[in-house]
Amino acid sequence: MTEAPESTDVVRDVVIIGSGPAGYTAAIYAARANLNPLVVAGSVTAGGELMNTTDVENFPGFPEGILGPELMGHLERQATRFGAEVQYEDVVAVDLKASPKVITLGNGSEYRTHAVVLSTGSAYRELGVEGEKRFSGHGVSWCATCDGFFFRDQNIAVVGGGDSAMEEALFLTKFASKVTVIHRRDDLRASKTMAERALAHEKIEFIWDTEVTGLDGEEKLKTLHLRNLKSGEESTLDVTGLFVAIGSDPRTDLVKDQVELNADGTVRIDHPSTRTSLPGVFAAGDVTDPTYRQAITAAGSGCIAAQDVEHYLADVKELVTAAV
Amino acid sequence: MNTIDVTDQDFQEKVLNSDKPVIVDFWAEWCGPCRMLSPILEEMATEHADKITVAKLNVDDNPQAASNYGITSIPAVMVFQGGEKVATSIGAKPKQVLETEFAEYLK
Repeated sequence: MTEAPESTDVVRDVVIIGSGPAGYTAAIYAARANLNPLVVAGSVTAGGELMNTTDVENFPGFPEGILGPELMGHLERQATRFGAEVQYEDVVAVDLKASPKVITLGNGSEYRTHAVVLSTGSAYRELGVEGEKRFSGHGVSWCATCDGFFFRDQNIAVVGGGDSAMEEALFLTKFASKVTVIHRRDDLRASKTMAERALAHEKIEFIWDTEVTGLDGEEKLKTLHLRNLKSGEESTLDVTGLFVAIGSDPRTDLVKDQVELNADGTVRIDHPSTRTSLPGVFAAGDVTDPTYRQAITAAGSGCIAAQDVEHYLADVKELVTAAV
Repeated sequence: MNTIDVTDQDFQEKVLNSDKPVIVDFWAEWCGPCRMLSPILEEMATEHADKITVAKLNVDDNPQAASNYGITSIPAVMVFQGGEKVATSIGAKPKQVLETEFAEYLK
């Protein structure tokens, strides 16, 4: 049951928005520094992107690999063990310029805080075509490892031309009878190794210079509408599954009018610190990082953010004491 | 354990013929998000035991039911009432979100 909205005059030291590796690592460090962090974990995105992965084999400390959701469970427990508080709610509004800053949650609760860590990660890009929402979970997927199993001996398609699209296409050949890759250009952005592997695979076919313009079907996806971007020619392709792998965008909707962003849409930080353009606001993880985007790099920047928060709070409190 | 296991064989009897609404969790061993959802459904089963039954169906062992209900993504949670599917929720979600989505069957 939803609890009553909470509004108090208490000003917290730090609120961390997001619960991927960056958010929870910031929480672990902040909790151990006695800052009683509140982590706003998100309602359906709690745990972040790793919740949709299976084996994570490159996170140091797990020689046999670890399941993404299990790793996130560990990080959460480690943070709460030291006193971090976790709310499975979404932030719906922030006022980062106010003093103290105000964070409003989906259940109506309002929190006031001296410092904020933005670790909202990134969101899979959607095609933006008719039917995409309706068929999501009924043929349209963003996660081959989660859903590939259901397309055994079927005809499916992957949209995209980067490494993640090739990875998905190759993974899906384990199940599907045929995988058609639909790409907007006439060559692949993917790394040479991945591209060569996909191009050589007997179950993978390519449709070049083409975009998906619409999805059709009754209960489940049945037909893709395609348009060739060079000739303008329209066509259809019957598939039961469509895997979308066209990249992701930093999640900045909440803050884009308040903190400075880079041209690529990520939150601008003052490297090597995690300071944003606003005092007391720090950012860590994929929301600041267009390049590396790994669990371990996100965790590293979360650690830096917590320490930046600690120094910031020390300075703020010193000013307050000096004024009294 | 307050949840029951169902199979392709007893789906009719335990789910479709049930007097109470049944929440069916379609899951698999290899599905990470399913593991996160599992304890949430256990809690719901305990707290709402008088209103609903929570049933778990392994899609690896029971491909028929998954196929009948057009499942292409797990975890998939469906509510059945009077032999009909009346609600669906795809993906692992926090308890309060599921409780909101399924509110009318938990009253």
